[in-house]
Amino acid sequence: MISQFFVLSQRGDNIVFRDYRGEIQKGSAEIFFRKVKFWKEDGEGDAPPVFNVDGVSYFHVKVAGLLFVATTRVNVSPSLVLELLQRIARVIKDYLGVLNEDSLRKNFVLVYELLDEVIDFGYVQRTSTEVLKSYVFNEPIVVDAARLPPPGPGSIFMQGTKRMPGTAITKSVVANEPGGRKREEIFVDVIEKISITFSSSGYILTCEIDGTIQMKSYLTGNPEIRLALNEDLGIGRGGSSSHAGAVILDDCNFHESVHLDSFDVNRTLALVPPDGEFPVMNYRMTQVFKPPFRITALIEEAGSLKAEVIIKLHSAFSSSITANTVLIQMPLPSFTTRISFDLEPGAVGNTTDFNQANKRLEWGLKKIVGGSEHTLRAKLTFSQESHGNIVKEAGPVSMTFTIPMYNASGLQVKYLQIAKKSKTYNPYRWVRYVTQANSYVARL
Amino acid sequence: MAPPAQSKRSASPSQPSGKSEVSDLKSQLRQLAGSRAPGVDDSKRELFKKVISYMTIGIDVSSLFGEMVMCSAASDIVLKKMCYLYVGNYAKGNPDLALLTINFLQRDCKDEDPTIRGLALRSLCSLRVANLVEYLVGPLGSGLKDNNSYVRMVAVIGVLKLYHISGSTCVDADFPVMLKSLMLNDPDTQVVANCLSALQEIWSSEASTSEEASREREALLSKSVVYYFLNRIKEFSEWAQCLVMELVAKYVPSDNNEIFDIMNLLEDRLHHANGAVVLAAIKVFLQLTLSMTDVHQQVYERIKAPLLTLVSSGSPEQSYAVLSHLHLLVTRAPYIFSADYKHFYCQYNEPSYVKKLKLDMLTAVANESNTYEIVTELCEYAANVDIPIARESIRAVGKIALQQYDVNAIVDRLLQFLEMEKDYVTAEALVLVKNLLRKYPQWSHDCIAVVGNISSKNVQEPKAKAALIWMLGEYSQDMHDAPYILENLIENWDEEHSAEVRLHLLTAVMKCFFKRAPETQKALGAALASGLADFHQDVHDRALFYYRLLQYNLSVAEQVVNPPKQAVSVFADTQSSEIKDRIFDEFNSLSVVYQKPSYMFTDKEHRGPFEFSDELGNLSIGTESADTVVPAQIVEANDKDLLLSTDEKEEGRDPSSNGSAYNAPSYDGTASQTQIELAISSPSVPGHALPSSLAIDDLLGLGLQLGAATTPSPPQLKLNQKAVLDPGSFQQKWRQLPISLSQEYSISPQGVAALTSPPALLQHMQGQSIHCIASGGQPPNLKFFFFAQKAEESSTFLVECIINTSSAKAQIKIKSDDQITSQAFSTLFQSALSTFGFP
Repeated sequence: MISQFFVLSQRGDNIVFRDYRGEIQKGSAEIFFRKVKFWKEDGEGDAPPVFNVDGVSYFHVKVAGLLFVATTRVNVSPSLVLELLQRIARVIKDYLGVLNEDSLRKNFVLVYELLDEVIDFGYVQRTSTEVLKSYVFNEPIVVDAARLPPPGPGSIFMQGTKRMPGTAITKSVVANEPGGRKREEIFVDVIEKISITFSSSGYILTCEIDGTIQMKSYLTGNPEIRLALNEDLGIGRGGSSSHAGAVILDDCNFHESVHLDSFDVNRTLALVPPDGEFPVMNYRMTQVFKPPFRITALIEEAGSLKAEVIIKLHSAFSSSITANTVLIQMPLPSFTTRISFDLEPGAVGNTTDFNQANKRLEWGLKKIVGGSEHTLRAKLTFSQESHGNIVKEAGPVSMTFTIPMYNASGLQVKYLQIAKKSKTYNPYRWVRYVTQANSYVARL
Repeated sequence: MAPPAQSKRSASPSQPSGKSEVSDLKSQLRQLAGSRAPGVDDSKRELFKKVISYMTIGIDVSSLFGEMVMCSAASDIVLKKMCYLYVGNYAKGNPDLALLTINFLQRDCKDEDPTIRGLALRSLCSLRVANLVEYLVGPLGSGLKDNNSYVRMVAVIGVLKLYHISGSTCVDADFPVMLKSLMLNDPDTQVVANCLSALQEIWSSEASTSEEASREREALLSKSVVYYFLNRIKEFSEWAQCLVMELVAKYVPSDNNEIFDIMNLLEDRLHHANGAVVLAAIKVFLQLTLSMTDVHQQVYERIKAPLLTLVSSGSPEQSYAVLSHLHLLVTRAPYIFSADYKHFYCQYNEPSYVKKLKLDMLTAVANESNTYEIVTELCEYAANVDIPIARESIRAVGKIALQQYDVNAIVDRLLQFLEMEKDYVTAEALVLVKNLLRKYPQWSHDCIAVVGNISSKNVQEPKAKAALIWMLGEYSQDMHDAPYILENLIENWDEEHSAEVRLHLLTAVMKCFFKRAPETQKALGAALASGLADFHQDVHDRALFYYRLLQYNLSVAEQVVNPPKQAVSVFADTQSSEIKDRIFDEFNSLSVVYQKPSYMFTDKEHRGPFEFSDELGNLSIGTESADTVVPAQIVEANDKDLLLSTDEKEEGRDPSSNGSAYNAPSYDGTASQTQIELAISSPSVPGHALPSSLAIDDLLGLGLQLGAATTPSPPQLKLNQKAVLDPGSFQQKWRQLPISLSQEYSISPQGVAALTSPPALLQHMQGQSIHCIASGGQPPNLKFFFFAQKAEESSTFLVECIINTSSAKAQIKIKSDDQITSQAFSTLFQSALSTFGFP
């Protein structure tokens, strides 16, 4: 049970504010915002998503640069409130197509309508985009998505790759296409995030893939859908050992609309997708896999007040695939004053930078094709002698990247079947893969 | 139409800003109010949006109330909804104007469109105006019977809103009864779920005054109601499922088969993508199996994977909530998670609130088989750019060192930290080395060699400085430079801002003096002089104390300052196991995130349905039965008092002699919040023949402890026969006071036999001036709350007594505002209990 809900901009302005129970004094939004702002300035890191000030508990999640906040005086389930905040953000996004400060300001009356139906007197009523449709009467005012950097992992599909219709992910579930008719289509995205730590000698210390099969449906009439995964997919490490090469997940969970009746037999998920975006299945895998990138980094003293850094990067995926927005970062000793970079001859799309404020080396690569190798050399100049071990003063190297049409786990959607309503009914179906770095780290 | 994006700081309602805009809006609304021109609804919509946007940013637009109401007489539903929103916001502050809206809201409640009926009813109930409640009863009554589920859903919550405006109106109109029947019969699950929420709130708040309400609340936990919900659980929305499972977690099944049935039914909830559902299901599993150790353990194994999956899917905020619960489970049963330690490794991009929890978990699961790897990992974080986390990591290494048997490797790592030449690393490591030496004095040689190389100039943080000074004093015979370093520090006495450091400096120089007198004498003199001139009271007093002690007798002084010491074997946790159990009982609530039981951060009325309580309201109030009992056996009670006073003297001294034989000086109030020292009393240590009142070593750091040893033995205890305490004050006291005693007694077979009629016990205890305030439970588990008051004074004893008739044991928890006589009271209580059942 919550008492108030509000959305604040990055500057702390109220964009929507709804008081459901009238039991919390005025000014809670200011109290909250000050607390969050000063948390960081007091050197305590980010404010935790739940904290208590004078008997009032404040919950918040950050979505698209906005703060979604709930308050209560009751000892509620924190998980429930945080899940709810995230869900409200998602429902709003389903309606507006794009979720950001601008779209929220333009549509705040619609958002109030939604909030009235989602929560009554602090109790959750319904959060299904579909059910809410019959109680929401404002038409969304669509903002121009192209101008804005789109948030969320699915958004990468909008850039570059010509095979995807550009507006797919930013389309409102209620607004009609300019042509008047809605296009029948469904998107299934397999999004994987890799966490991996390499030791200084290049061994994998820990690795994990956190994956989601995300669905967004624009189908009318709620047809049933069957989604078939690898037949030899194993779940639970303690289970019967399948043959080599099989994908073994540690664990997974499912959206409530999913029927698992035939899942145990042939790894097929059956569901009637609700409108809007939702995760069909989340999974986690710690089975050893082939990492898409190998990084080796070295820092060595080279005379007094000087050192050299060498970072080598090898892309271990097929050459038909291209990784983009690659960024490599490495903290350097605090007494580093200057760096001169030395890229390989012929390197294109590379950027190098020395971030003075936090003493960090930054190496960006626009594109990396599979099976290639890249090297960066950097000469450092220090302001003082390093007394201890220079390796302890620097590192570790971390990396972020996005690789479309690639997934590291080997989990695949074998087919996507839509129950046919008529012979001519043939909606568009898009199955897409993307892999991103979550925590991709090489130690020195 | 967006809310204006200009600065909102100036737009608070107390300031006049926005006034001209508001009057502008007013005149425009007036113009439109009566107009029937085409397109007028669109213009109205624009104006309404403007009003709402001002409202959102805090400009007071309540003066438009009349115009808004006039304009919304139209049939446009978008307009209506905006008007409802507006009215709901301002009605409370303008009750007279709110009356204006009643008419059209009541009319809309009868509209043929169910959506309008629902909306109007919701707004009507949201006005929060006390003198309008009479208008709510009718529409709510028909709303509850509406054939559309949306309207019923709204009406149920409407009843709850009415209850909060005027509880008596709600109860008098019999709404709770109607909700109960809806809850058990309505085909729509959201209506049912709303009924459950509303009734839980209403009955919980009524329970303190109405016995019927407390019975009704109990009835929600009856087998039939719980099964009714369980059988339909899959029809409920994910949020309502959480509600249902929260209820089931409080249900007490009659046998193990029931437990397994419920768990099988809820098994698949563990695979839900919504973390709230999974945690609610886990709570059911944990609560149901509390008494079945093996199964309880299996539950832990079973929930591991789903929890880890939730942690790694979803946003950092969602995983934080789950991680907090995982943290609780890990600290409760570290051995179950010890093989999963790699899951608790930190990722470089995680927020620090997540990292802190993970570090804590790594500390908890460290055991012989994984310590090496965990410590290696933690050492990686020590060089982290995130300094707070680097500090936490070093502390974690220290904690692991203190809980391990084989610390060789860890000591080496800690010493490496000292050589890292980062200020904060050195500071944290010094504190750790000090703690480590107190537990493992055998390492002093290796540590001292390294510590001796640290220049005290590089140590600035008070805690670290104090630790260094302690080591200088304690090991001055092994550290060549010790007297000179101390002398240096004393020369700069005035620049030392921390009183903690100055206190340690005094003690350290004293210790050093007794070991290396010629080299230290001058420094000691200077320290005492500076200390006596110190403006800080504690520093001054300690200096004076040392001065006088030295004057009085040098050998006594040496015994005080440098007694033989025994290593500390356990650094106790500050959190008592009672508090931890309490948090565990409140699983899946904020208590877990805050790591505090709910009574520490909520008001009573807001504790919510999640509290797993020993509230008196759960139990039948036993006061009337107590009234009817004739005070008897007074003579006997008095005799007991006499007997008691002799036993008492011995036991009464116990708590104070626990005070300590050995206590290192690291502590003053600020030294540590995470650890307190468990002093070891060691009467058997040879050479430690001092009377206990003198065996206080450096307790002076604590200052006030001196008094403890000389506490007079408590006076004999007499109870007030006519003690009175109302249930409210009992609850309040029970919440506030710490437990002074917790014991288990055996009950005689006669006593158990007599317990077939619990009121007999109440009468019996009443005869001993111990009064029952509430009792409940079913055999074999009976629960009683008693209280007693001292005859002459106002101090009160509160007792929770849980009697298990099958094991013939009574568990007693005593709380009192007079800690000293608790033991005496306990003895009295036990003797009273032991005579029960004998004619």
